[in-house]
Amino acid sequence: MSDLPAAQDPELLRRLLRAKDRMDAASHEAWPVQRLAEVSGVSEAHFARSFKQAFGVPPHRYLLTRRIERATALLRDTDLPIIDIAFETGWESLGTFGRTFRDITGESPRVIRERARAAASELGRVPHCILGAAQRPDLTIAVSEKRRREEADNNAAIQPKELS
Amino acid sequence: MNQSVEVVGLYVRDQDEALAFYVDKLGFRVHTDVRNGDYRWLTVQHPEQPSFQLGLFRPGPPVHDAATAQALNALVAKGAMPPLVLNVADCRGAYERMRGLGVEFTQEPVERYGNVDAGFRDPSGNGWKMIQSAR
Repeated sequence: MSDLPAAQDPELLRRLLRAKDRMDAASHEAWPVQRLAEVSGVSEAHFARSFKQAFGVPPHRYLLTRRIERATALLRDTDLPIIDIAFETGWESLGTFGRTFRDITGESPRVIRERARAAASELGRVPHCILGAAQRPDLTIAVSEKRRREEADNNAAIQPKELS
Repeated sequence: MNQSVEVVGLYVRDQDEALAFYVDKLGFRVHTDVRNGDYRWLTVQHPEQPSFQLGLFRPGPPVHDAATAQALNALVAKGAMPPLVLNVADCRGAYERMRGLGVEFTQEPVERYGNVDAGFRDPSGNGWKMIQSAR
């Protein structure tokens, strides 16, 4: 135990969790250390270090990952212009958003959107009539023929008697 | 007899506090509350689910040594325990009622594909999703 950092008080951890929950619930809002420290009821001086010890990442980086996660979902699932997504997820300029997004994901928002769409439209590359055929019920013979065969099967049990 | 899951337990930091939360705020009932020295077997039940008990257990002796108890208490307080799901008929109504009772919500009711879900925590840090299914 002596080589590990001193264990954090569970009461403190519970209050730090509250700050993390608040960022999760409103990652688009500004979360200066002062505000987070207030939610957790700890001093500004101790907050960042305590948060990192508890959750493994500094609070600001945690917030960025949540914002990027949300931006990625909006890029994939909506047609919102990228600038709107930037503002909606909490950035104050498109430039900062694009830069941070590239820093974290290694790619630009536009590339991520195009890839997500391409993946979603893989099926879209299949011509409509073929796609429709693939999803068609597995009815390989005419309905009238199918009915005729089913009746024949039902009668089959009776037929031997008629023959004998 | 029916074969089924009868008890699933949560770790809580204080059993009296947990009991008050699950009974007074969530509307559960006490099923079993038995003590043996420091040990207390405490389970509650959802009023509409008599075959299932939710255990409210405190990490500590004689089951856990001090370091293990400390680690478990830390995990619960960090919200690192597995998710829990409560089915409700009216998520927004339950949200208003529970919020009025002082329940700590982590997410307001949101509608997704016809379902409505919200999130809250118990005093110890265990996270619940509260879901109203479209059916």
